[in-house]
Amino acid sequence: MDAVFDFLAPVGLNETNFQFMLIAAILGCSIYVTLYGGMFSLANAGFMAIGTYVSVVLTQRYDWPFVPAIIAGMVAGGLIAIIVGLPVLRLSDIYLAIATIGFGEVVVVLIRNFDRIYEEIFDKKIEITGGGKGIKNIPVTTDTLHLIIFLLIVVYFLYRMQHSRFGRALAAIRQDETVAANLGINVVYYKNVAFIIGAMIAAGAGGLSGHLNRVIEPDDYDFDRAVDILTYAVLGGTTFFIGPVVGGMVLRYLPELLRRLKVLSFVGSIVGRDLTNEQAAVDGIINGIVLILFIVYLPGGLADPQLWKSLYRRLRPNNTQKGAP
Amino acid sequence: MLELQGVSRLFGGLAALNTVNMTVNAGKVVGLIGPNGAGKTTLINCVSGLDHPTSGVIHFDGVEIQNKAPHQITALGLGRTYQNIRLFGDLTVLENVIIAQHQHGKANLLDSLFQSPRHRREFKQQVERAFELLKRFHLDSFSDSRAGGLPYGDQRRLEMARAVATAPRLILLDEPTAGMNPVETHEFGEQILKLRDDGLTLLVIEHDMALISQVCDEVYVLNFGEMIANGTVDAIKQNQDVIEAYLGRED
Amino acid sequence: MNLRTLFYVLSAIFLGFLIPYLIATYLFNKEVLSPEQQLANAMWRGSIYSLFALGYALIFSILGLLNLAHSSVFMWGGYIGLMSVLKLDMPIWVAMPVGMIGGGLVAVSVDVIAFMPLRRRNAPRISQLISSIGASVILLSLATLIFSSTPKRFPQDSIDALPGTADKPLTWLLDNANVRITPIQIAIFVIPIVLMFLLEYMVNSLKIGKAMRVVAFNQRIARLLSINVGNIFAFTFFLSGVLAGAAGVLQGLAFNSMTPYMGATVALKGLTVIVLGGLGNIRGAVVGGFLVANIEIMSIALGYGWLSDAVVFSSLFLILLVRPQGLLGESGKMRA
Repeated sequence: MDAVFDFLAPVGLNETNFQFMLIAAILGCSIYVTLYGGMFSLANAGFMAIGTYVSVVLTQRYDWPFVPAIIAGMVAGGLIAIIVGLPVLRLSDIYLAIATIGFGEVVVVLIRNFDRIYEEIFDKKIEITGGGKGIKNIPVTTDTLHLIIFLLIVVYFLYRMQHSRFGRALAAIRQDETVAANLGINVVYYKNVAFIIGAMIAAGAGGLSGHLNRVIEPDDYDFDRAVDILTYAVLGGTTFFIGPVVGGMVLRYLPELLRRLKVLSFVGSIVGRDLTNEQAAVDGIINGIVLILFIVYLPGGLADPQLWKSLYRRLRPNNTQKGAP
Repeated sequence: MLELQGVSRLFGGLAALNTVNMTVNAGKVVGLIGPNGAGKTTLINCVSGLDHPTSGVIHFDGVEIQNKAPHQITALGLGRTYQNIRLFGDLTVLENVIIAQHQHGKANLLDSLFQSPRHRREFKQQVERAFELLKRFHLDSFSDSRAGGLPYGDQRRLEMARAVATAPRLILLDEPTAGMNPVETHEFGEQILKLRDDGLTLLVIEHDMALISQVCDEVYVLNFGEMIANGTVDAIKQNQDVIEAYLGRED
Repeated sequence: MNLRTLFYVLSAIFLGFLIPYLIATYLFNKEVLSPEQQLANAMWRGSIYSLFALGYALIFSILGLLNLAHSSVFMWGGYIGLMSVLKLDMPIWVAMPVGMIGGGLVAVSVDVIAFMPLRRRNAPRISQLISSIGASVILLSLATLIFSSTPKRFPQDSIDALPGTADKPLTWLLDNANVRITPIQIAIFVIPIVLMFLLEYMVNSLKIGKAMRVVAFNQRIARLLSINVGNIFAFTFFLSGVLAGAAGVLQGLAFNSMTPYMGATVALKGLTVIVLGGLGNIRGAVVGGFLVANIEIMSIALGYGWLSDAVVFSSLFLILLVRPQGLLGESGKMRA
């Protein structure tokens, strides 16, 4: 493994970056499941927070082993998705988006104030989530192999889903919910199942990233995170299973590449300002431009097979003569 | 087979359907006609579960269905098409017909994940049946095209194929020949009769009296939410109320 | 002037305040510290929220889309006003209209960049939501690059130019020395109310307002009446930006501290405001603004300030589940 990363170092790819790219890919997959069923849910940052906190609290405060703690985090995310999904998924497009934004904020606020609420109710001081400061000094337990295995399982799932009865039902619901129902598809059931699966994937990504960062804070999982996750899926594409993986990886790698290519200092020298300390702002601009460009001009995303087919057809030499009668 | 008893549907204070009674007997083609806004689409929305009557009872094969969800009604054996074509435009023609066989499948997510024999067998059967249906409606050569890219008449026929794919015993057709020319309409009528000969029951909403005369055994006439007449096509054509209802609209 | 709106606003202020107040004092025996002061605070804070939410609601009612870049427009309007004071030495009463017009122009450019190409393609509403998020992120990042993320404030003498100062509060308004109301706060309460009535007058009585209502009702009919729909859209964005810019400058004056992140908190609260009032319901946005402000102020007054966000966002979540058309909305009619 080390040899690989030594080789890739000149393009800004070290093991840490690669790990965060894998996390981003998993998160992209989590929102892909709901988008595939036409549900515009921004709740996955919230489920990620639940997965992170449940698993980190279990390993750090209750000495659970790593893998069971991650699974417990996923189960917790899934359970909450069951409770939240039933009422929320009756809403459609913009209303669903707003409600899930609200859900994400509620999760963050509750995590931030968990200890205090407990104290208020039971009149006993505890330290579970650590309030706004979060939990510190978490030993790094997640390694690259864990992430790769988890991602492979998720991608295999998405691949099989595409050609399954379940996946076709979701595609039908995405295209026209009413017709899907009239064709005998239990729309409420399939939407909820997709929502729960997405939540569990996000919670799993959360648990793995929680044991990678050393520190977790509630503010890491606010609206901005929800937007990041959405960006991964939009960039990669939401109808083909490789999409979210490509989207997550590319978007997470882009800032590293820019840094390595010294793009910032170059642009800075033109503008006459030192931009090297403004990484976050530059990332933001890139994210924003990516969102707009892709939603406007390439709604199928980077990994849209249609796009590459037509590109290949156009670029293949002697193509035009061949087609002529 | 299908029986509506005193079905009303109120929107605000307005009655789109007012104590409508109607019977569709098995093995027949029944027409439902009426001027625009008479409540025809509301009626079949109530039957197919997209809407629910404010009062009244709807029986399908002896089962009360007025409060059931659409997918439950479909499972009882009822299929439908739509006035404005509603195909899954971004999916292929074949996929459209495979999806319609959803409720006859049993393969769950785990079957697909591990590619179990059940998943494979079932998928193979569904594809075979889909091709059968496509052939029947002369669509087999388009099986891999995007459904949304088909010419208009083919889309109508695909919608019909999709409705038949749910293996219904009763099909509701909502203005199936709207936008077709007389030749296409006549061909479509032949298809309807063929389905009837296969043992299906059909309820056809139509404006085109030629098609109604061609296929219907019995006709119901709806006007301002009220059922004003029913009988054979010839009897309806003579009915004074019906002529009044249509006067100044048709002819 | 529409008396019904005034009635709704006043009842929102007083019911939103009175109900939690009564519950707290009589049900839980909690003492609310200086209720007059809390009411005053809720009034000016609610005014800002309403003003901000008004632009959100305006765009939703005319175009049927949720512009999540609205909070960034708000922040830009505030900064443009601030910079006109800091760099161009404008007096505050000139800087405020400058901030408003600046906000309007930023909003129009958001429309051009993020929405126009999608409208041309007839893209689904969700695509527009995503691209508005993109525009918001770009505006925010640009602001941190240009204005830096360190807090900035209006210079004291620009505020002193107004009658009365923060040091000499106009306590004469209420016969109670515990209440501290600065002239800024009065201005902050009054200006939005005036702007709201102007907006209502424009939408109901002016020719362009009528055109806007036709566009909101049905774009095809509007085109048949030879209304230039594109211009109406641009004008709507401009108006929403003007309102957001005013709210931004006032917010900057009220807290006398600005960062590029000032939009983020208001963004999600503004979402709650318009959902409470009913998406696209202009009157509802005003009422919702005062309700949310009251929820916040009362939870702070009762010593649960740390829970105020939880209450606000839970109510956003719950209202969508229970009454998606909002508190004032009629079912089935979701647009103003």
